[in-house]
Amino acid sequence: MTAPRDKFGRPIVVVTGMGIVTSLGGGKTDNWKRLTAGESGIKTVTRFPLDSLKTTMAGAVDFVTVDPFSSTSLSQRLAEIATEEALEQSGIGSKGDFPGPLFLAVAPIETEWPQRLEVAREVPTKDFGIIEYLATCSGGKFAHFHRRFTFGSVALNLAETFGTKGSPISLSTACASGATAIQLGVEAIRRGETDATLCVATDGSVNPEAMVRFSLLSALSTQNDPPQGASKPFSKNRDGFVMAEGAGALVLESYEAAMARGARILGVVAGCGELTDSFHRTRSAPDGKPAIGCVRKTLADAGMEPEQIDHINAHGTSTPENDKMEYLATSAVFGEHTKNIPVSSNKSMVGHTISAAGAVEAIFSLLTLEHQRIPPTINYEVPDPAIPFDVVGNKARDAKVTAVMSNSFGFGGQNASLILTREPA
Amino acid sequence: MAEKEVWITGIGLLSSLGEGLDAHWQALGERRVNADDTRLAPYVIHPIAPVSFDAQIPKKGDQRQMEMWQRIGTYAAGLALDSAGVKGDQEILSRMDMIIAAGGGERDLNVDLAIMNADAQGKLPPALLNEKLMNELRPTLFLAQLSNLLAGNIAIVHGVCGTSRTFMGEEASSIDAARIAVARIGAGQSDIALVGAAHNGDRGDLLMLYSFGDFALKDQYASVWARRNNPGFAIGSAGAFLVMESREHAEARGAKPYAKLTKVVADLAKRKQPGAVTKSLQAMWPQLGVSNDNAVLITGATGAEPATAEEREFLGQHPGLAVRATGTTFGHTMEAQFPLGLALAALSISRGALYPANDPTGLEVEKTGAPTQIVVLGVGHWQGEGMALVEAVK
Repeated sequence: MTAPRDKFGRPIVVVTGMGIVTSLGGGKTDNWKRLTAGESGIKTVTRFPLDSLKTTMAGAVDFVTVDPFSSTSLSQRLAEIATEEALEQSGIGSKGDFPGPLFLAVAPIETEWPQRLEVAREVPTKDFGIIEYLATCSGGKFAHFHRRFTFGSVALNLAETFGTKGSPISLSTACASGATAIQLGVEAIRRGETDATLCVATDGSVNPEAMVRFSLLSALSTQNDPPQGASKPFSKNRDGFVMAEGAGALVLESYEAAMARGARILGVVAGCGELTDSFHRTRSAPDGKPAIGCVRKTLADAGMEPEQIDHINAHGTSTPENDKMEYLATSAVFGEHTKNIPVSSNKSMVGHTISAAGAVEAIFSLLTLEHQRIPPTINYEVPDPAIPFDVVGNKARDAKVTAVMSNSFGFGGQNASLILTREPA
Repeated sequence: MAEKEVWITGIGLLSSLGEGLDAHWQALGERRVNADDTRLAPYVIHPIAPVSFDAQIPKKGDQRQMEMWQRIGTYAAGLALDSAGVKGDQEILSRMDMIIAAGGGERDLNVDLAIMNADAQGKLPPALLNEKLMNELRPTLFLAQLSNLLAGNIAIVHGVCGTSRTFMGEEASSIDAARIAVARIGAGQSDIALVGAAHNGDRGDLLMLYSFGDFALKDQYASVWARRNNPGFAIGSAGAFLVMESREHAEARGAKPYAKLTKVVADLAKRKQPGAVTKSLQAMWPQLGVSNDNAVLITGATGAEPATAEEREFLGQHPGLAVRATGTTFGHTMEAQFPLGLALAALSISRGALYPANDPTGLEVEKTGAPTQIVVLGVGHWQGEGMALVEAVK
């Protein structure tokens, strides 16, 4: 039997349950089938009117509905679905009694437009100001909006439903949030505080204001027709990311505890790393130094050499800048080995699930290890010569994969990477 | 493996009382309170004291990219780094961990109100919402709102670049920020961390959420303990930041501690059951290891009910405690309330005295002598509870 501790003497952290929802569908089976078939979940948005919008497509999860609709309620529902799947696979604890803490990556929450307007229609005065509006807010009629739109609401409800222990942590590190949730879970297990953690990341943000805000920052692709062709990471004609919804949930356990209860080990979180970029609020340092440092820290945390990484699940947003910077950083760390590493971006098919992306892509990385098959980067018709990655273009590729690096680089200088392996080292 | 001792070596404070430790110590000594019941009347708020942000945010371009809550936070973070003697120390800043507790930033209330009025008058077909938002929102406003962009601004302005994590979830988020920072340093996962939060209470848009639940204090200011007949919190403004580091790390660079942060615990009481908050506090108390029955307790009690009554029930079981409610003086600064309490605890220990009580009801009592143990308590207005033990370094 392998020692339950890693080479640094820390408890080894394994994954025993995974659940996922994306625009491709609900559950691992459907997602994996469609992902490896190169299908796209990006569609023209039907949830709200598209007038005046420059971007009209997204990876919205329309097969899950919440009533009344809010992005916050949808985020919560997606998280519940993913968590149920992860818990069922893991078999840990019992219904409503998860034996560890919750780390939740979730988009920042505020009262949304439908609810704002619902209140506005009740204000008795014409041409009202904020004080008259606030008077209508109060009195108890809209108390449920407080319960819905506090920042802690999604975590509170998940903690109650699944019976996680202690104070649940809601976090946002922009596009790296999902990876950060996993990292917090890994750290807690390594500290010996707990044998298990529930790490969940969710995003249901396809609403008019969120699309407008990203659009005003010129971050979104405007190649609306056909929608499934918009997200084209590493292609010369890429022009932005595609917003998407989804959720990923992982049950992490110490290897020792998982073995003791005879759980099936789905993979190992061998290393995680993080390094902040202070260059700009939305742009990465042009020299890629923070991303390089992030990747190096992650390798060091795993105690691994660059040559041991045989696949990169890229952040690959399909924005002109990210993909270029990601190649720069990768080639700086991996040098000559870069050309031997097949690289792919799941975002070509599911879009950018923002707060959920780090967890969604960690799960796809673990499925890649399980199936020894790398999902493609679709829409890879015009390779960018400035990004000479070995992109797994358009068709899935069978390959021997023992260690995957999954990268997340986000607004606000948030860089986080994970290394996932099949078996404890 | 023995846990490492965690020291508080830097404190940064900007609030409705002013900026810096001396100004705060003096104002607390004079029982000063800066509450405003006119500018958002009938709501009582505590606006931030006048401050020139240039001292900590020298580039006007950076200031323009931020909304007020981010300026307050970035400013207070700079004060904390100065106080710890690490400002501009690239070697340390490049590996300093950061855990920020944050809500969201200011909205453009004029745009929002125009849209809401148009809709109320039947002049906002659904398609027009997009057009209004596309044409009237400032592109950079998004960045001034995103929760993780306070951390982003601190990284840009001050160069704190090790790791950056933003926790959300009202009061509990900063209790957890302190808890995780202490756990990481204690276990050797981190050597030095910047922990804190910022809040701007001078915001009509923010009052919306709290008005839904009737939590905001209206009409008349009163001490937190004197709000039984008119419960609620007066939204406050503060940036409260701490530099925490392992004793070894501090000693190696010759840094002096204000105090030691011995323990942080947190809980999520099932509040649907009456009395759950009291029970949660009772369960957490023995975990702190308070050895002195006459210790000090600085609470972030909100004044909102039923949470404050349940907290009072718990406090009644510890009659020897000298209690101070930060809400009376500063208002409720939400995410910033717990680090504010930690900052005042460390400050009191370093000054060898507890500041005077400010409470007409008599729940707060005077305390002479140098405090050696101060408990910092946080009970969220709706969810989440926690406490910390701040002690004098031996």
